[in-house]
Amino acid sequence: MRHSRAFWLFVGPFTAGLAIFVYLPIGWSVLLSFFDARNTVTPSTFVGFANYADMLTDASFLRSLGTFSLFALFVVPLTFVLALALALLVNGIRSMQAFFRSVFFMPFACSYVVASLVWKLSIFNGVRFGLANTVLGWFGAEPIAWTVSTSPPWYWLVLVTLRLWLQLGFYMILFIAGLQRIPRVLYEAASIDGASSGWQTLRFITLPQLRTTSVAVLLLLLVAAYQAFDEFYNVLGAGPFGRPPLLYLYNIALGSGGQDFGHGSAGAVILTLLIAGVTLAHGKVFAR
Amino acid sequence: MKALRYLALWVSAGLFLVPFYLIVRNGLALESEITATSWTLFPASFHWENFTELFSDPAVPMVRSMVNSLVVAVLQTVGQLLFCSLAGYGLARIPYRYSNVVFYAVVATLMIPAAVTFVPTFVVVSTLGWVSDLRGLVIPGLFSGFTAFLFRQYFLNFPHELEEAARIDGLGHWGTFWRIVVPNSRGFFAALGVISFVTSWNQFLWPLVIAQDQDAWTVQVALSTFLTAQSLNVHELFLAAAVSITPLVIVFVALQRFLVRGVTETGIKG
Repeated sequence: MRHSRAFWLFVGPFTAGLAIFVYLPIGWSVLLSFFDARNTVTPSTFVGFANYADMLTDASFLRSLGTFSLFALFVVPLTFVLALALALLVNGIRSMQAFFRSVFFMPFACSYVVASLVWKLSIFNGVRFGLANTVLGWFGAEPIAWTVSTSPPWYWLVLVTLRLWLQLGFYMILFIAGLQRIPRVLYEAASIDGASSGWQTLRFITLPQLRTTSVAVLLLLLVAAYQAFDEFYNVLGAGPFGRPPLLYLYNIALGSGGQDFGHGSAGAVILTLLIAGVTLAHGKVFAR
Repeated sequence: MKALRYLALWVSAGLFLVPFYLIVRNGLALESEITATSWTLFPASFHWENFTELFSDPAVPMVRSMVNSLVVAVLQTVGQLLFCSLAGYGLARIPYRYSNVVFYAVVATLMIPAAVTFVPTFVVVSTLGWVSDLRGLVIPGLFSGFTAFLFRQYFLNFPHELEEAARIDGLGHWGTFWRIVVPNSRGFFAALGVISFVTSWNQFLWPLVIAQDQDAWTVQVALSTFLTAQSLNVHELFLAAAVSITPLVIVFVALQRFLVRGVTETGIKG
């Protein structure tokens, strides 16, 4: 009895908050997804699975899922490899380690909004004075309309480089922490055994020892890419192309498309199931 | 080989710093120096009077939105640390029959990223009448299952001997937590607190959804509004961006140690 009072004294406030701001919305949203809920959150017209059927046949929603997949396909492996490379570089030097680590980590201080501003208005500005076009101009190339053209879809270069700049430092720190946990004796043993080249130690010691870190980084990257919203919203706006799922949901539930909470909720449920599925599958594949 | 390594590092470092330079360069330039047909890396001179222009522009709620961001970030950091550390300690240290049930309810939320549930959360918050309200901006973000989970893992490894000494001195769970556990966990609190502050300051989607009136805008919403509407001079926009990252740059320089620890704690254990 004494324990139960102490337990709820500690855990009670948090649990109440979790119930109201996490579980209640999810439950409500599941409920709304079965109703015709335009401009209302207390709907009365039950429509069964119609909202789900609409969303799963809605070309725009499916295209937004495709957008995400394409985005993840580029940004996940690129971030992984480059963050690991930076970590290996920084971890392998004797002097100025702290300096380089700080520089690569610095963009973490910027929001996606700030980065979008720089990328859209300065670096990848479509007119001739944008930095990228200025550099292209030195080589005699024509200016490119980076963010407004779909053929070729240069906007992917804009979005992927933006996210790389923002998140590389974060994952580099994770890899450095992983590298520093590798026992030195392993490398000494390897050099006695004649593993001379850096490539061999990387392949047979460093990478296997980084397994836990790598699994965590992959999952974090996937989930982060799934939730992409900020840079798409700020760089491309509510344009017809390059629209990830969250942006699409935002548009139908809260944006100019009116307040359609029924379809918005159905979409949110589908997306949640997908992410939970990815997380579980990832756990299954990499669990050991 | 060693020289190559340093060369690669210097080149990458240069590339990483370019956007920071552009923010300052464009923020302190004349409008014509940004949109000139022949763009130059270095402007002819820095125009510090741009600061006066930005802060006296009645169309841009710069001070207001910075204050909003600061209030939201501080309240969210303090609130999250408070609620999540209490919950984490209770789950780690107080034996209770249904402790496991509560723990699973917390862990289950880790699979559902908060961003995905913004539509239903908006429904709940608007029903409470918290749209364009400080409560709506702050409170839904306080109950992070992930932070509570990290605190639980941390407290599981907290040395028992310290708590037992407190117990002998007659302290209950509550007294032990505040007088012994918290003071001995400052580093961990600081690490998670710094991450929480940075995340809160930079968050965009939720404030965009909830802060609909201009008076409630955080600095990110303000920047985004002027960026997407293209309703502001470019140099003013860049200077506003520079101003908006200043608090975090200070945090980065002053609290680098905790920040790095925070990243490692939040990253790996996820």
